Amino acid sequence: MAKQLLKGNEAIAEAAIRAGVQAYFGYPITPQTELLEYMARRMPELGRVFLQAESELAAINMVYGAACTGRRVMTSSSSPGVSLMQEGLSYIAASEVPCVIVDVMRGGPGLGNIAPAQGDYTQIVKGGGHGDYRMIVLAPATVQEAVDLTRLAFDLADKYRMIAVVLLDGSLGQMMEPAELPPFADGAALGTPPAWALTGAQGRPKNVVTSIHLVPEDEEQFNQQLQARYAEIARTEVRCHEYATADADLIVVGFGTAGRVAQTAVKQARAQGLKAGLLRPITLFPFPEQRLAELARQARGFLVVEMNAGQMVDDVRLAVSGQGRGGLTPAVRFYGRMGGIVPLPDEVLGALKALAETAGHTPQPSPVSCLPLDGGPVAR
Amino acid sequence: MLADVVLEPEITYTRPAALADTYTHYCPGCTHGVAHKLVAEVIDELGLRERTIGVAPVGCAVFAYNYFNVDFAEAAHGRAPAMATGIKRVLPDQMVFTYQGDGDLASIGLGEITHVAARGENLTVIFVNNAIYGMTGGQMAPTTLPGQKTASSPCGRDVEATGLPLRMAELLAGLPGTAYAVRRSLHNVKEINRAKKAIRTAFQVQQAGLGFALVELLSSCPTNWGLPPLDALKWIEDQMLPYYPLGDYKVADGVEQL
Amino acid sequence: MQTDLIISGFGGQGALFAGQILAYAAMDEGLHVTWIPSYGPEMRGGTAHCTVVISDDEIGSPLVRNPAAAIVLNQPSLDKYEPLMAAGGVLVVNSSLIPRRPQRTDLRVVEVPANALAEELGNVRLANVVAVGALVAAAGVLSVEAVERALAAHLPERHKHLLPANSQALRRGAALAAAALA
Repeated sequence: MAKQLLKGNEAIAEAAIRAGVQAYFGYPITPQTELLEYMARRMPELGRVFLQAESELAAINMVYGAACTGRRVMTSSSSPGVSLMQEGLSYIAASEVPCVIVDVMRGGPGLGNIAPAQGDYTQIVKGGGHGDYRMIVLAPATVQEAVDLTRLAFDLADKYRMIAVVLLDGSLGQMMEPAELPPFADGAALGTPPAWALTGAQGRPKNVVTSIHLVPEDEEQFNQQLQARYAEIARTEVRCHEYATADADLIVVGFGTAGRVAQTAVKQARAQGLKAGLLRPITLFPFPEQRLAELARQARGFLVVEMNAGQMVDDVRLAVSGQGRGGLTPAVRFYGRMGGIVPLPDEVLGALKALAETAGHTPQPSPVSCLPLDGGPVAR
Repeated sequence: MLADVVLEPEITYTRPAALADTYTHYCPGCTHGVAHKLVAEVIDELGLRERTIGVAPVGCAVFAYNYFNVDFAEAAHGRAPAMATGIKRVLPDQMVFTYQGDGDLASIGLGEITHVAARGENLTVIFVNNAIYGMTGGQMAPTTLPGQKTASSPCGRDVEATGLPLRMAELLAGLPGTAYAVRRSLHNVKEINRAKKAIRTAFQVQQAGLGFALVELLSSCPTNWGLPPLDALKWIEDQMLPYYPLGDYKVADGVEQL
Repeated sequence: MQTDLIISGFGGQGALFAGQILAYAAMDEGLHVTWIPSYGPEMRGGTAHCTVVISDDEIGSPLVRNPAAAIVLNQPSLDKYEPLMAAGGVLVVNSSLIPRRPQRTDLRVVEVPANALAEELGNVRLANVVAVGALVAAAGVLSVEAVERALAAHLPERHKHLLPANSQALRRGAALAAAALA
């Protein structure tokens, strides 16, 4: 199929439709509203379910109910709305019903603004709801990748009976780029509802979907099952994009739009003779910690670029800790912008040059964080 | 000569197939068991056991899924109506019901129940009103009567500080999407029989696709009221009925003919 | 080769659509392109702008800080973007609505009475297309023909009857720019 000029939010909606989503429940919030509006038009055309809920809280619980039927279901929102959904996400994760969530992040905390940001990393990747659960988190950097990862999100959600999140910032949701849509998923491939689904107990014992395990031993055993699944995913489902890492001794790490901006900075650094490379995690859970540990053996420093105050940087630090030559830890620096400001390539280049000057070949003790006093960008 | 007479035992009552053969965790004298039995009998009589999906609340009925022999989901506190909406929209041919207490439906879940009624969602809601939070140990509910002592209103509910109890059947009857909203009581046999008829109607409303149907059941909580079971039934009659009059608050066109 | 563009005006002047025309043309020419709108709460009358990055290589940063070419359809847009232009950049100014001239001397300025020309063509709403014609002729990032083809291919069906007028507007703008820079 030929490429079309597609807006990120609408491309995700159409990709979900082609992945076979049977029900969408959502609530308007900028900058993801086009996704909801697209679903409002397209789902009824296809005889599928669209419902605008009275709140994100209701929307996620409608998703919860619909997911219990074993059909492909989804919702989408933006940061404050996703905060409101955390209750439902914890329940869904604990009930092991698959669904897809799209979070088009905006500036926060609080009502914040509607500009692009990545401040939901911790909330989404670490699990913003209560309890020890994880969600598969996919972070596209282009409209094409958003399309591809939406399809993947449904497949992984079904495969592992988990929530899969497509996590992007507002600029990617609003952006138009040429992209190719996949064909509609084969109806047969979507299959009949799985054996655990609530479909009416016709000719079989009843099914129950619950998140309660009242006996502590049962709850612990259930948690161990979840953890085993998460560990399996960490082994098998890691995805990342690399650019010029083969001989790089300075590695920039950024996801989504920040990673994309960083790639331009890496190109500029290469032109200036720096041996820079980029690792852009595509899966945030599972996190590419193994690959980062490998790169720690060749790198003298890591620069983590995010559109927040430094959230993923903690995971990079953990991944490379003690993984450098001689079991030491390479320098890990952070450059971030907040409030809905997207860093520019030359800002990243500046931070990269600073890292190049200070990160010697002798690995350093763990870096100390500090916030600037002038209220400017966070560099640490 | 006397003929041999073989007396065949006559079966006058059996457990409904929709009710699981198990013990419940409900306190002695609690009327949740009666409400469960009525719902199960109605499901059986209407032949719906294999195409019904229930949604359990958070509250005393949290384990309702263990007591019914139908597919069941367990919702987050107050969210059963939203969850039921998700199920019903995807599977419109299934009969979907929620079973909720007063804390779940009238307090934390007021938004969800109001909007399913406003949408005229084809759902059946069994609302058990016992004027108190049971599972957490007897705290004040939105339905707690003025002056009623609870663990969190030890001097009696002060309506100046906490307002007056919510009359949910009346409130939801005011919404155009509501096809059927009635209040019944479980305090004596006559009222129990009337309650069963109402539950049956509420399921038939859903079968006919007429919209949202709610049966509010005044129910006893001997443990948290601090009363013996029979006194608790009397308390419903003496204390609850004056504030919560039994009656039909909404019977939309088409419901009478069912 | 990468070209960063900004198109800016009041909401309703068609700045976003003008950017989309360029994005479609770039895509159809086999180029890489990224279009990002401002998506502030203003629906009508506020400022609206979009950025377009066109490149023959994969586009990393989609952001535009110092555009190589810009269309400013109103005075606030000129005030905002004139200082940000890359040296030697092409600045298309809608002189119908903007009384002042740009002050920078290191820019290639094309003043186009876009509203007046569009009115001559019978539809003031074509002012954005006139400006696009001027921009492509002056900046050389895409050919006028490529933009014309993109209009034909991507104009919504309900607006297809406006295609001849759009083509005319495009060519008027292009001719004016060519003359101004000759």
